[in-house]
Parts: sequence; C-alpha cells; structure tokens
Amino acid sequence: MSRDEAVIAYVLRLADNALILAQRMIELVTAKPELEEELANANFALDFIGQARMLYSYAAELEGAGRSEDDFAFMRDGNEFRNLLLIEQPNGHFGDSIVRQYLFEAFYVHQLDALTRCKDQRIAEIAARAIKEVRYHLRHISHWLIRLGDGTDESHQRVQASLDELWRFTGEMFVSDEVDVAIRDNLAGPDLEAIAALWKRDVEDVIAEATLQLPEDQWMARGGKQGQHSEHFGFLIAEMQFLQRSYAGASW
Amino acid sequence: MAAVSREQVYEWLADVPDPEIPVLSILDLGIVRDVSVNGGVTVSLTPTYSGCPATEVIESSVLAALEKKGIESIAIKRVLSPPWTTDWISDAGREKLREYGIAPPARASRAIACPQCESLHTERISEFGSTACKAAWRCRDCLEPFEYFKCL
Ligand SMILES: [Zn+2]
Repeated sequence: MSRDEAVIAYVLRLADNALILAQRMIELVTAKPELEEELANANFALDFIGQARMLYSYAAELEGAGRSEDDFAFMRDGNEFRNLLLIEQPNGHFGDSIVRQYLFEAFYVHQLDALTRCKDQRIAEIAARAIKEVRYHLRHISHWLIRLGDGTDESHQRVQASLDELWRFTGEMFVSDEVDVAIRDNLAGPDLEAIAALWKRDVEDVIAEATLQLPEDQWMARGGKQGQHSEHFGFLIAEMQFLQRSYAGASW
Repeated sequence: MAAVSREQVYEWLADVPDPEIPVLSILDLGIVRDVSVNGGVTVSLTPTYSGCPATEVIESSVLAALEKKGIESIAIKRVLSPPWTTDWISDAGREKLREYGIAPPARASRAIACPQCESLHTERISEFGSTACKAAWRCRDCLEPFEYFKCL
C-alpha cells in the first residue's frame, strides 16, 4: 500500500464513521422522547454529515478519479464501507443509542485531538473544526448516560444491559492495521494504544458516576475497518442509498 | 472593468446577510476571512460549524452580490483553519443581535442578559433551539422567552 493509498483509506474510514452514525441518528428524527432531545439529535447528526462531507471531498481530491462526495456516500457497496461495527448497530431504545453514541464519541474525541497534530494539513484542519463539535456532543451524551444509570431501577437496569450488549464492539476501535500504522508513522497520526488508555480512563469515570458496572473483558468483534459488516448494515445502506441508486443524479 | 479595491469589496460584503439570522451581515458574523483583488476577486470564507446548512447559501449570495456589481472573475475559498468561534462576531454584530431579540454569546462567564429588559434573572428552557447555534431561554422578570446565541 502506497503512502497516498493509506491516506485515502484513512480519510474514508473517518468519513464512513461520520456518515453511518449520522444515518443511524437520522433514523431517530421525530422519534426522540422530548423536543429538546429531538433538536439535539438532529443538530448532532448535522455535525456528522458536515464532517463526512469535508472528508469525502478531500478523499475525492486525493484520489483524483473524478468521484464526488456523493459517489462515495451513495454509489459504493456495503463491503466498501470501512466504518466501525459499533456505529452501525441498530438504534434500539433510547438508552441503547445513548450508549452507542457515548462509547464512540469518547473514542472519536481523542482520535480527533491526535489528528489536530497530524502532518497532513487538511486532516489536521478538519479535525480542529470537528473536535469542537464532538466535545459539545460528549458533554450532552455523558450527562444522559449518568442520568439513566443513576436514575430509576428500570433505567439503570436497561442502560446496564445496553452497555453489556455493545461492549463487544469497542475493541475494534483500538486494533491497528496497516492503514493506522502508516498514518501514525508517516504523518504523526494517532497512536491507538495511547488512545485506548485515555478512552478507558474517561469511560471508567463516567460509568462509575453513572453507578454502572464496567463490563468484563470479553471476546471482541471486529471487521468493520476491513469492510466485513454485521447483518444490520445491509438494511441501513439500502435505505440510505435507495434514492440515488433508483434515480441517479436526482437533486433537490 | 475598472480595478476594484479590497475596501470596496468589503463594503459590498457588508450587505450580504446571514441566511439564518438576516439581521447580521456575514462581516458581523466574522466569517469573511480575507478578500484579495488581483485581476479577479477572491473571498475566503470559513464555515461556522461543519454541517451548517447556510454555508452554501452564503457562498452563492456572495457570488450573486459581486456579480451584480459587475465583477466577472470571482473565486470563493473555504478556509477551515483556525476554526470559527463566536468570539469573532463583531461588536456591531452583538448589538444587532440584541436589538433583534437574540442574546449574544456570553463573554467570559457572565450571566445571560434578557435582550428585552436587560435583566440577568434569566433561565435556560432548552439547550437546543431553532437552529444549531441557538438555545431557548426565558426572562424571569419580564417573562419573555428569547433565543440565546450559544458560545462556541
Ligand atoms: Zn426580560
């Protein structure tokens, strides 16, 4: 894998994480339990769409093959997406989507922080823009996790179950492959081991404040970064891409 | 076409409104990063936040405004770094926001003043409001609800 190929692959992973999480959040539009949360969800999803657009546009420029941001989003097949498995998990109930969002954003904030010091200037600039948004999301989402965990018996039990269920998808975030190594070594990109330690520290703090139990060490699912997705992913992609696949080039 | 000065272009841009809060010009909002004139005109703009739906509307308004003044070669440059913050809203912009009924972003850790009666006896109703950059507040003295431009 050449240096340029590694950068394109890395930028697409970042973009896919942002787009697929946004798509999951968009599925929840008009389905949140209260108006304030409805607006928070839509606003946060919009941040991710914006980040995905900047990243896809950059990947398109690097690739130089005439593809557009929309081609990356709507014209690639499921196995070409490189988002984490955690992100594509179904929305479930309110607590499930809060836990999924928290576990990912607690990682993403450290990933972006490291990327603000990346030697690729464009990646560093996008990261500097995005991290302000992600810090804001995290404050909001971690309050919810604490409120649910330290809330009623029912909310405590259900959010503990969400945490236990989603935990096995967190290991993949910290497994380096050749793309991660290339970005780290050539461009001073994130060191995933260091990020794992920061993530664990933050997550333990919030889980303790939420009076929840940290799940035990266990077998971890992986494959998203290599394009091997869970069974839920095909449905997500089909819904997201339907319009552009059926009416290519349709616009507002 | 006669050569146009940077000052002239800035003057024109002062008439381009922010589509979400039209009482503010894009200069008040602090998103015009640079203007250069050599042959054509290049305007460097920065997005307020990544997913701001106004970004493209603003770019086309700038193009339209300059075309109307007879500028033929116009380029819009998107600048990401350093990222925009609410500190870049000008003093004139903050005053316009207040008059419009939107409390401007807090400086330091000061309390949020009601834009109607200036009371500091205010409370937040919802952290999220009609657009991504605003929250919903209420004055506990005059009882008017108002919007607050969040500090970013
Ligand atoms: Zn008042």
